Amino acid sequence: MGIRLYDGRAEELLQAMWLIRAYEERAVALQAEQGVPGTCTAVGQEAAAVGVVSALGADDLILTNHRSSGHLLARGADPGRMLAEVMGRRDGYCKGKSGSLHISAKDLGVVLTSTIVGGELALATGVALSQQMLGRRGVVTCFFGDGAACEGRFHESLNLAALWRLPVLYVCENNQWQAFVHRRETMLADNIAARAAGYGMDTAVVDGNDPEAVRAAALEAVESIRASGRPYFLEARTYRLRGHFEPDDQAYVDPDELAAWRARDPLALLEARLLAAGRIDADALQALRAEAYRRIDAGWRFAVDSPYPATAELTTDVYA
Amino acid sequence: MTRITVMDAIDQALAEEMAHDPAVLLMGEGVATKRRALVEAFGPARVRNTPLAEGIIAGTAVGAAATGLRPVVDLLFAPFLCYAMDELVNSAGKLRYLSGGQFDFPLVAIAMTGAGWGVGAQHNHNLEAWFAHAPGLKVAMPSTAADFKGMLKSAIRDPDPVLFFVDIALAYTDGEVPAGEHLVPLGRAARRREGRDVTLISYAKTVPVCEQAAELLAAQGISAEVLDLRSIKPLDEAAILASVRRTGRAVVVHEASRTCGVGAEVAALIGEHAWDALRAPVLRVTGPDAPAPASPPLEQAYVPQPAAVAAAAQRLMAGAEAAACV
Ligand SMILES: Cc1ncc(C[n+]2csc(CCOP(=O)(O)OP(=O)(O)O)c2C)c(N)n1
Ligand SMILES: [Mg+2]
Repeated sequence: MGIRLYDGRAEELLQAMWLIRAYEERAVALQAEQGVPGTCTAVGQEAAAVGVVSALGADDLILTNHRSSGHLLARGADPGRMLAEVMGRRDGYCKGKSGSLHISAKDLGVVLTSTIVGGELALATGVALSQQMLGRRGVVTCFFGDGAACEGRFHESLNLAALWRLPVLYVCENNQWQAFVHRRETMLADNIAARAAGYGMDTAVVDGNDPEAVRAAALEAVESIRASGRPYFLEARTYRLRGHFEPDDQAYVDPDELAAWRARDPLALLEARLLAAGRIDADALQALRAEAYRRIDAGWRFAVDSPYPATAELTTDVYA
Repeated sequence: MTRITVMDAIDQALAEEMAHDPAVLLMGEGVATKRRALVEAFGPARVRNTPLAEGIIAGTAVGAAATGLRPVVDLLFAPFLCYAMDELVNSAGKLRYLSGGQFDFPLVAIAMTGAGWGVGAQHNHNLEAWFAHAPGLKVAMPSTAADFKGMLKSAIRDPDPVLFFVDIALAYTDGEVPAGEHLVPLGRAARRREGRDVTLISYAKTVPVCEQAAELLAAQGISAEVLDLRSIKPLDEAAILASVRRTGRAVVVHEASRTCGVGAEVAALIGEHAWDALRAPVLRVTGPDAPAPASPPLEQAYVPQPAAVAAAAQRLMAGAEAAACV
């Protein structure tokens, strides 16, 4: 399964979002019922992932973090190989050595993933330097959270990218949570983008629960980077609808805040808009959801059938 | 052969490898200021001054290495590596494995360390064992000008991340370097002196210390072999074991502090694989478990001296009991 490119139709975006939602539901169930290791789900953040990834071309690269499933699936990752990775199976994207937290898929241009919060910010400048020095056209998209923006590396990375005019699209998914700490407890400002502006970067803040708005903003950002060769900072305002890492009862979450954001579930929002405008009908919607769940079922069967890695794999891939 | 300093050997290695492979680039705080000749030869895009931020320098190197470049970063003094630890250990050392082998990380991180400048423990800290303990990294710590050149060239060509330590006390010493292309493989020790009775195993500035100790021992009729590890990881286990099998005795000498140092690893290796050949326990002569002081006499007292190394060897010759009561 290769890189997925988008022409921008709303059904395409919705389809990708449902695939992510169905995948996450399966990952949650596998953890709860089968003892599969827990994951950081992207439930609630599907629009941010799909909106940005749908704006990328085949040459563009992605770096991501612990909450990567949306980015990978939107980019065309095979859910079967992803589930196999989460389950520690041989046919996972990383032979089962990553598990859910650091999945990368070179073939899809998902070049590096760090689960050290902020790690991907430190690596993105280097990937972009390669693009610049080797004359490659692709833009380097770096996904990270509002928590990562509290790390020193965030500042080091933005400063260097601005200074060296590196083609990085910084995408901050501001989901209001940093593990078990609310964003409000960690910073005075309400948004992150102002920091980027301070480093001399163009910025945009977008409703991260609206995939069409995110896509439009990302297209503009990518175009700006291609034209100017300078980095760009996009902040998607969204919300982590599930806990930090499965299982998580979210007992620490303000129920009113959670309810307010549940009412803005990005899948429901897009569906309602499309139905209201007559851009899709209920049958097509139903078919689209069913197809997502069917693909996840098939992926799960693939993953279950994949053997665990041989013990000899324990010490391979350490050195070239 | 030409006689050059270690600093010149490093310069030559950088210049030759930048000419050899256009993917090689040099980054660091002041590299373009200090190495004008390289800027002139290869241009400012390949010799880059950076902001004062070791973490992002290392991170940029790691990201670039994974995607087609071969960066060399000069992180100045070894204690500053602490700011770059995450990128070196968690990214460069682990992401090849965690990605199931999808990426290589051909990069070199250079740092100076060791007694010699009287600048104290935040500039002088021999922390090579930390990196040897971290999976996925390689660690080189040469002692001669020829090896600095040949091993740096090999490190730059190596597909894996290499920590390359420059002992401050050796930086301006000189030595013969072969003319023409000179590559010294990583992971191979060098026998600096042949001997029958005891093997003195060391690296970096304490190699010459061991050579002087061997002279002292020779005057007393004790024949000491001196083995220069050169590379801490991969460690030339075969050379260590072969030498100890011949001599039956070993003293491991390094400036780094003792606890969990390279000496512990070498001693354990010998214990595991050459126990039957040992005629006495393996001894260590190392720096103390203390930060490095600035005061020049104290700083020198930190470093193992030839007399102490010779005394350890003499105790081994006197028998296991004498060795045990160190
Ligand atoms: C350096 C580091 N510190 C702490 C953690 C533990 N941790 C994992 S994710 C996370 C929260 C990250 O928050 P954010 O960057 O906003 O991303 P989100 O999880 O919200 O997507 C924390 C604290 C870590 N993985 N790495
Ligand atoms: Mg967050």
